Amino acid sequence: MADLLSIGGKAISNRLFIGTGKFSSYQLMKDALESAQAEVVTVALRRVDIGSKADNILDYIPKKSIIMPNTSGARNADEAVRIARLAKASGAGNWIKIEVIQDNKYLLPDNLETLKATEILAKEDFVVLPYMSPDLSIARRLVDAGAAAVMPLGSPIGSSRGLKTKELIEIIVNEIKIPVIVDAGLGRPSEACECMEIGCAAVLVNTAIAISSDPVNMARAFKEAVDAGRRAYLAGLTPVDKYANPSSPLTGFLRDGFAHL
Amino acid sequence: MSYYEVYKKYKNLPLEKILNDVSSQAAKSAIDTQVQDENQLLALLSPAAENNLEEMAQSACRLTQMHFGKTIQLYTPMYLSNYCDNQCAYCGFNAKNNVARMRLSLEGVKKEAAFISSTGLEHILILTGESRKESPPAYIKECVRILKKYFSSISIEIYPLMEKEYAGIIEEGVDGLTIYQEVYDEAIYEKVHKAGPKKDYLFRLNAPERAAKGGIRNINVGVLLGLNDWRREVFFMGLHAKYLQDKFPDVEIGASMPRLRPHPGDFKIPCNVSDRNIAQIIIALRIFLPRLGLSLSTRESSQLRENLLPLGITRMSAGSSTKVGGHTIEFPEMSNPPQFEISDTRSVVEIKEMLARKGYQPVLKDWLRI
Repeated sequence: MADLLSIGGKAISNRLFIGTGKFSSYQLMKDALESAQAEVVTVALRRVDIGSKADNILDYIPKKSIIMPNTSGARNADEAVRIARLAKASGAGNWIKIEVIQDNKYLLPDNLETLKATEILAKEDFVVLPYMSPDLSIARRLVDAGAAAVMPLGSPIGSSRGLKTKELIEIIVNEIKIPVIVDAGLGRPSEACECMEIGCAAVLVNTAIAISSDPVNMARAFKEAVDAGRRAYLAGLTPVDKYANPSSPLTGFLRDGFAHL
Repeated sequence: MSYYEVYKKYKNLPLEKILNDVSSQAAKSAIDTQVQDENQLLALLSPAAENNLEEMAQSACRLTQMHFGKTIQLYTPMYLSNYCDNQCAYCGFNAKNNVARMRLSLEGVKKEAAFISSTGLEHILILTGESRKESPPAYIKECVRILKKYFSSISIEIYPLMEKEYAGIIEEGVDGLTIYQEVYDEAIYEKVHKAGPKKDYLFRLNAPERAAKGGIRNINVGVLLGLNDWRREVFFMGLHAKYLQDKFPDVEIGASMPRLRPHPGDFKIPCNVSDRNIAQIIIALRIFLPRLGLSLSTRESSQLRENLLPLGITRMSAGSSTKVGGHTIEFPEMSNPPQFEISDTRSVVEIKEMLARKGYQPVLKDWLRI
């Protein structure tokens, strides 16, 4: 049976979501998205030139992808809501990744304003995916507000510091029933794999792919890592033990026996 | 509290001696120290750091990519008026200069906007000479009403305003402010600004803070290199940028460091700043403030602009004219002088091609008026 992630009525098989900032060209971004077979792609609405005087970023996103506009630049719920409505009005669909940030130093989200925006937009039939600091009580409130998934950060955006918030994210994964998607801070495919191993539904990666010297291969590497992590999660990871364990404790004598033959 | 309090703390220190005394060990360890303070900035700007420029450049390049990606934001200046009440010794618009004065009509603004917009640019910087009487806030607002139909982002570079006036202009659709202190040294400031309202050092120095309180989203500070010892000036500008970043965490802060160029008038540039110095300035500012926007003026040659790009530049002007109505309007010539001479005269298309060649994505739009 196919292992599909269901969000907003869509069935998604690729659990690597990709962001579109920081690439050295739209063409390279497109090649990377194709190489990872991206199905969900986030775009800052502030970067979209709807009038399309020149190159339009949307033309470089594979047609079958789900476009998830984000509210980058919003400082409060009101601004995020207005950006979301503009995104919908411009024909970018009804998915929205809410980003509400007032602190440009750490780019950490404002959970309270994010919650407010989620409450409003979910009622307007948006598929709302809020970017958040990993906090269980806020995650629960986001669920109640109608979020389609929650997107806790692994570490600050663009920092490539990896899954520093693992303990908190594991708690959220264990406790809430909607998809948990780690967004931000992942620098290496192994970190993306780790997110999947602990039961996250997906990850979102941008900087680590975009500024790699070979984004096409890096995108592919992340995709493979996400697949591996997901497969491991489904298979069930073996428990961690403090001491060594022989690999065939019950039948080892047979092997020993053969050795004497 | 204003940045002036910070400035006062350092202004009487023997900065030249402190800079010269920086050891090569201190200059080296400033490259990846975790402590972002005035000592780090001094070490990065010191003569000793000149020996580490390559290593510093590698670090600056990496930091720029982490924070801004492989992208360069493009914009162009649009001169609305060259009336000026000031007498800045170094400027082509000096009130004493015998040049024709003009101000774009709203029709002229439309014509210029349509032309610039047709090049694909979405970010524009509107400039005036500093005459509150000839280009009052009401005129700026009228221009903004027109320009917002053509552009996603509008910044202003005009005389300093009161907080309420900033708020009014922001409400109309402006999101960015560029205001150079020109020279942070108060005595030199007093000397080169011979007459006019610009003589008020503090009113200018505090303008970014008033604009931030008025709701501006981007602020660009700057020094004119050549008026004073560059190390001293860049030190004060760097601290100013940091002060603004810390105090207004939701405002993007940027900096510019144009070198003085010849202009109509007889001003002799007092201090030399070499290409090597410019490189050190960009690198030092990048390492000191990794998320600081850094722009590179068309006063610099195309070749130098290209070489400096990877060291930390995030914004560039393209297809620039420093004349009022310089793109489309034929004023009865003879006398529509530029504010300063441009060295890199390449069009938007040419700059875009150059960036693509160098592995950078030219970003035309990165703002949304809501």
